[in-house]
Amino acid sequence: MKNSSNIFAVRISGIAGEGVKTAGQIVAKAATRAGMHTYNYVEYPSLIRGGRNLITVNISSEPVLASKKTPDLDFDISKISGVHKNIIAVGTILKMLGGDLENVRDLLFDQYDEAKSGFDNAAQTNPILSSRSGLAKILINGNEAAAMGAIAAGLQFASIYPMSPVSGILHFLAEHQREFGYIYKQPEDEIAAVNMSIGASFAGARAMTATSGGGFCLMTEGVGLAGMTETPLVIINGMRGGPATGLPTWSEQGDLNLVLGAGQGDFPRIVLAPGDAKEIFEQTRLAFNLAEKYRTPVIVLIDKNLCDHDQSFDEMANGEWQVESYERKKPGTGEYFISNSYEHNDFGQTTEEISERNLHMQKRWQKLSECAKNDLPTPKIYGPEEATTTIVSWGSTKGAVLEALKELPEVNFLHLNWVSPFPTEAVQKFLGKAKRVINVEQNISGQMGSWITRNTGITIVENILKYDGRPFFPEEIIEKI
Amino acid sequence: MTLEDLNPGCSPTWCPGCGNFGVWAAFKNAVVASGWDNTNSVLVAGIGCHGHMLNFVKMTSFNGLHGRAIPVATGIKLANPKLNTFVFTGDGDCLGEGGNHFIHACRRNHDLTVILHDNALYSLTTGQTSPMSAKGAKTKSTPGGNPDEPFSPLTLAISAGATFVARAFSSDIPKLADLIAKANAHKGFALIDVLQPCATFNKDYTYQFFQENTYPLEMDHDVTNKILALEKSQEWGLKKIPLGIFYQVQKETFVYPEISLGAKERDISGLLKNLY
Repeated sequence: MKNSSNIFAVRISGIAGEGVKTAGQIVAKAATRAGMHTYNYVEYPSLIRGGRNLITVNISSEPVLASKKTPDLDFDISKISGVHKNIIAVGTILKMLGGDLENVRDLLFDQYDEAKSGFDNAAQTNPILSSRSGLAKILINGNEAAAMGAIAAGLQFASIYPMSPVSGILHFLAEHQREFGYIYKQPEDEIAAVNMSIGASFAGARAMTATSGGGFCLMTEGVGLAGMTETPLVIINGMRGGPATGLPTWSEQGDLNLVLGAGQGDFPRIVLAPGDAKEIFEQTRLAFNLAEKYRTPVIVLIDKNLCDHDQSFDEMANGEWQVESYERKKPGTGEYFISNSYEHNDFGQTTEEISERNLHMQKRWQKLSECAKNDLPTPKIYGPEEATTTIVSWGSTKGAVLEALKELPEVNFLHLNWVSPFPTEAVQKFLGKAKRVINVEQNISGQMGSWITRNTGITIVENILKYDGRPFFPEEIIEKI
Repeated sequence: MTLEDLNPGCSPTWCPGCGNFGVWAAFKNAVVASGWDNTNSVLVAGIGCHGHMLNFVKMTSFNGLHGRAIPVATGIKLANPKLNTFVFTGDGDCLGEGGNHFIHACRRNHDLTVILHDNALYSLTTGQTSPMSAKGAKTKSTPGGNPDEPFSPLTLAISAGATFVARAFSSDIPKLADLIAKANAHKGFALIDVLQPCATFNKDYTYQFFQENTYPLEMDHDVTNKILALEKSQEWGLKKIPLGIFYQVQKETFVYPEISLGAKERDISGLLKNLY
């Protein structure tokens, strides 16, 4: 495909358990340390051993935002003989690409000699790494970005039940808890996860949980509890293919309706949908401030495509951003109050009085419009101002659409990374003047399309929908437009 | 703190003769005697007749969802270990809807005081069978008699790892107050199963039934003997319902990272460096 001609894609495959992902990540590190940009795409069945795993390392001198569909080099590590096939493969591939093995010596530990044997016995075939193109880049996936965003945001308590694709978040948080002085606690189930986090938040901690769709289903009553008791809470939902156990190790944007409607009754649910690891870092940080500011649940909606895929960025920093704190009541301070799941008065005492009910429903509900007024940014538009076609999409499809845009000069792109509150006016204005609008999302029913209609009254008739668990490849988007 | 300080200005809405009055009185007496107040204590309840108690005691509290009091209390205690953390829960709340949380809180031996309002019935929903209802009990959901056996929350708690396991009768207010104080003084997971009549819906477990059929555990009962405690916890029947502390041992408790509450900037430059 023409669009990705400046990207060189190396696909490394092998039997699950052979260390395919590790091999790819080391090759990617060799590339980013040499100043190249990379994007790692992984496929793995829901097994620990057996089946085929693969990782596609996309390398370019320019930012790579999504994986190419067809690799330029296909490398099967199962064909290698030796104890650490994957490490020998790293040496071989780096030699083929004109890379530098010494550059990743720290990642090879006591297996350096094996990598060196692979390196020495191979020949250079595609020397894309031989010309250094700039400063070293960072390499980060969505799970790392979410965990680091939470830590930066002053996380004090996290309770997360293991589930693909977000387990990486809990692994990261568990590892660093003593260093930063927060608690990670593994709960018995997702119901406990959300309730423990709510308890810790009630006690004054900045608290979060994370899960995937199935776990989020169990958490929904807790989402309402946080809303009703006005307890700040951050929930990260890393989507995978549903329904039920679905496609556990594949991706989908199928939980939008679920999170927008999570919990019975009306209460403010703030929903963010970052489009890449950098946005995940920034919006997870933001989620903690919003949760404290509005004392309501904030859901960060990501997916397997983001959680598992490493992407390079020039840099990442905490910058000007600040941890915001807001006064709220806490137990142990001497102040009497009840945090109550029943409707309640100002002290929190249970009440069924009409005036109290109306007052407190309105008080909670208006947080959403306050948030829209104070915090909701204008959504980002990529590409030319005047376009023959406009793509609308959200969350993780950002990368594939932007890659496609490189080959579609007459197409622009509205990327939504705030879902609730919804940027109604901006979207109405932009779509209202667009010539042809195509909704791109990774689910079968066009959930964002319906959400746009509900908020703006605009119906999008053209859709590019995909629900086979595989991400959008830029080639497919170009072809369908 | 005096008894008058604990009065929030609204009176209990329980039925006349409800066993909850005894638990309420015993708890308030324990609060006054032990010096608990809103600077050092917090109450958590689930949903059921028991949960209404939070409205009748002027102490800082969290009234959560049905079955979920224990995980909320766990989060509170982890975030602020200085707080005496009391959980009020019912037999349906704790052993039905919240059974999984109960088992794992016992296993982890979190330092919580759990007061189980056990009336062997779902009473707030007007009288259906609960995990504690006797086999054959006629309730609104078992008009032909309960086909299922109840189980012993004491046996379950001891097996699962709880380190303070006791039973009381709601009408013996001084003894219950004393047990609540002892349970809170215990470092680790403390359960008090409080047998209480539901005057409105439970015609089997009446005041008279409990008065006639309960007895205090022997003075020389060895509370550190797990096998004996398990045996005693399996006793149930006419003249055969023991009350008192069945089991109490000290176990080393895991020390979690201490967190200082409040918003703070974090320097994550070290983490960012690792990404190169």
